Amino acid sequence: MSEILLQIDGKEVRAKEGMTLLEAARGAGISIPTLCYHEKLEPYGGCRLCMVELESRGSTRLVVSCVYPVEKNLVVRTRSEKVDRIRKMVLQLLLAHAPDAFDLQDLALEYGADKDRFEKEASFCIHCGLCVRYCAEVKKKNAVGFVDRGIRKEISFIPEIASRECWNCKECFPLCPTEALQAAFVLTKALAFSSPSLEPASGE
Amino acid sequence: MAQINTPAELEEFRKGILSKRDPDKPCVTLCSGSACNASGSGEVAAALSEEIEKQGLRSDVDVRRTGCHGFCERGPIIVIHPEEICYFNIEPKDVPEIISETIKEHKVIERLLYTDPGTNEKIIHESEIPFYKYQERIVFGSNSKIDPKSIDDYLAIGGYSALAKALSGMSAEQVLGEVKKANLRGRGGGGFPAGSKWEGSRNAPGAIKYVIVNADEGDPGAYMDRSVLEGNPHSVLEGLTIGAYAVGSHEGYIYVRQEYPLAVENVHMAIKKAEEYGFLGKNILGSGFDFMVIVHQGAGAFVCGESTALMTALEGRAGEPRPKYVRSNVVGLWGRPSVLNNVETWANVPLIINKGADWFTQLGTESSKGTKIFSLVGKITNTGLVEVPMGTPLRDIIFKIGGGIPGGKKFKAVQTGGPSGGCIPEELLDLPVGFDELTKAGSMMGSGGMIVMDEDTCMVDVARYFLDFLTDESCGKCVPCREGMRQMLKILTNITRGKGKEGDIELLEELAETAREAALCALGKSSPNPFLSTLKYFRDEYEAHVKEKRCPALSCKELIAFHIDPGKCQACMICLKKCPAEAITGGKNLISIIDQEKCTKCGTCFEVCPPRFRAVTKISGEPVPPPIPEEARTIVRESKQK
Repeated sequence: MSEILLQIDGKEVRAKEGMTLLEAARGAGISIPTLCYHEKLEPYGGCRLCMVELESRGSTRLVVSCVYPVEKNLVVRTRSEKVDRIRKMVLQLLLAHAPDAFDLQDLALEYGADKDRFEKEASFCIHCGLCVRYCAEVKKKNAVGFVDRGIRKEISFIPEIASRECWNCKECFPLCPTEALQAAFVLTKALAFSSPSLEPASGE
Repeated sequence: MAQINTPAELEEFRKGILSKRDPDKPCVTLCSGSACNASGSGEVAAALSEEIEKQGLRSDVDVRRTGCHGFCERGPIIVIHPEEICYFNIEPKDVPEIISETIKEHKVIERLLYTDPGTNEKIIHESEIPFYKYQERIVFGSNSKIDPKSIDDYLAIGGYSALAKALSGMSAEQVLGEVKKANLRGRGGGGFPAGSKWEGSRNAPGAIKYVIVNADEGDPGAYMDRSVLEGNPHSVLEGLTIGAYAVGSHEGYIYVRQEYPLAVENVHMAIKKAEEYGFLGKNILGSGFDFMVIVHQGAGAFVCGESTALMTALEGRAGEPRPKYVRSNVVGLWGRPSVLNNVETWANVPLIINKGADWFTQLGTESSKGTKIFSLVGKITNTGLVEVPMGTPLRDIIFKIGGGIPGGKKFKAVQTGGPSGGCIPEELLDLPVGFDELTKAGSMMGSGGMIVMDEDTCMVDVARYFLDFLTDESCGKCVPCREGMRQMLKILTNITRGKGKEGDIELLEELAETAREAALCALGKSSPNPFLSTLKYFRDEYEAHVKEKRCPALSCKELIAFHIDPGKCQACMICLKKCPAEAITGGKNLISIIDQEKCTKCGTCFEVCPPRFRAVTKISGEPVPPPIPEEARTIVRESKQK
């Protein structure tokens, strides 16, 4: 694998071909915030928090660093007025759903995001998809998935699979940036798993 | 049916079909596109065959059920050949007369003809009707000539000759070169040059490549692709096969929404027939080129019109766009080079191969060549599908072809490009339609939706409507689109309900900016367009809603009130009787009064008040005048006094 030299925030960074900008930056100790990224999972590009600015021939463009591959001589800025503005807005939008999530609060402080900018909505999920993708890609169980689309999209456990797989796994719990997953899981357990046919017969 | 193995055999076969067809034999063509089917084309067809049987003309008259003719406002449409007499709004009861008068006696039935609303003149032939006269129907014109279920009909008008020409006389590079030279740009939205897209795939590494038809048309009010696929499926198949040959692909997909049952049915039948005849399959026309086509029915998601979402859906997963920085013509379906073009783009290909790039580039503007089919809907006299050369001014499409705005209303704006497009105001009506021209005006070509709006349309409510559509149709994957639009829709809904606040417009602008810059796919990036373009041209309407709680178009229910002008009311009591909320009081010789508490603002009183009185008015942004005092309420009529 050939080595690629690029510039991130004015710093010379060495990266391997096929790496993403995010991997290259983190490898060089430069932090870029993410919510839907996980090193074991395929890049998702959903939260848009990891956007960075690329500079080439006098003009700039925005790309998500968790997907964009490193290129020779690339000039990358992980912070700029535009990047910060987008991150601030993304955080404000998400804080309407999960105002008490610690990860979001820390980032809000950094980017000056106001958690009360938008009216609160009664859903704690920020649709990062970490649980869904972890279950599909790492565990290969698909016990949890997305249902519906657009603003009605939500995560849901598939009772038939979850009743078999989830008790001894629960590896997705700590991945959740807002703890919504646990709530959803508990809810599903309460609603679906307590059906008599799944309970052990009395006297057993 | 034995396979056709060479171009020469095809020409021989074609001659055979034509020799059996007598051009002077009467033929009744009946529009049977989805729109005409909905307005009773099926019943008319049944009546036709029954009546022809009854009058003993079975062997003397042909009946052909064709695809959409475009003039949907006047459907079902019948055209009688060879005279080409056009009859509109046909009902089964008209059929016996058509057969006995026009077919038998060659007499024209006046009442079924098109009447020019301007001159009141009756027009017999299609080519003289303004709706058709100003069009250039190179792609769509064949629809009215053929039965889409008959491959012989397609062959009779020269079908598959472009395929034969490409496979027998042109190298793949030459085909590619011709399409590039024609500067055919994608008719599905982005306007990306098809030739460059094909070339990218051709040059991309890998032995397996795909060509795909995007028939996931989902814009509200748009049905051009649907009508082409329903009415002339072989033209799309032929274009696709030629494209596959140029790209080096042996497998094609048609991604069609399942909500288009007739398109699905006709394209399935077309594939079956094309395989039988040897236009699809192994060793097509003896050229050694193999190609097969598979139909995939989409589950009905607007976002699946986006290229990467469509490919993800084809792979059997939820239709969500991919965050890729590699073009799908290089890494697409199942990670392989994939050329995706929409129905209309593919349907243009046989024309370019047959008639040449030089012919094609004569039509259109500098940067947009050929024609474009638009779906002209909304507040327009002649609703339907129109095909015009690129560069035609919007004004000509709306007024010359579309016949202007009905009901004597004033034109306000035209929304082009579907939900991600924008609204173009009256001052830009002379804008020639073209990819770059429309983008510059803050809208886009999109796939060709054109929704006309009159003075009664509230532009803030239009933006709200499209955002409502998009929040529903967004895949929900990225934050700027899903959450941004959720908030934009909330704010716009509040504004149209009179709950707009200072700073709302600025917040909307900020959200729009974030979506434009940061959303994952084209749908998300263009989602704020309906808002941005209406704000650009109709900012005063936004400000009136927010600051004065006034809807200038008198359309937003929460911001208007209905009032009966005591000076004009003649106590006819029609409004009183029709009011579904029983909100109007009155009586004989008593001026009617609307109880504002009970009024649901349905507008019935406004509509039923006789035009000679016009006593019911709409009010916005000002208080409703107090009801007229009881003692002044009685109308004293002069005639009664005498």
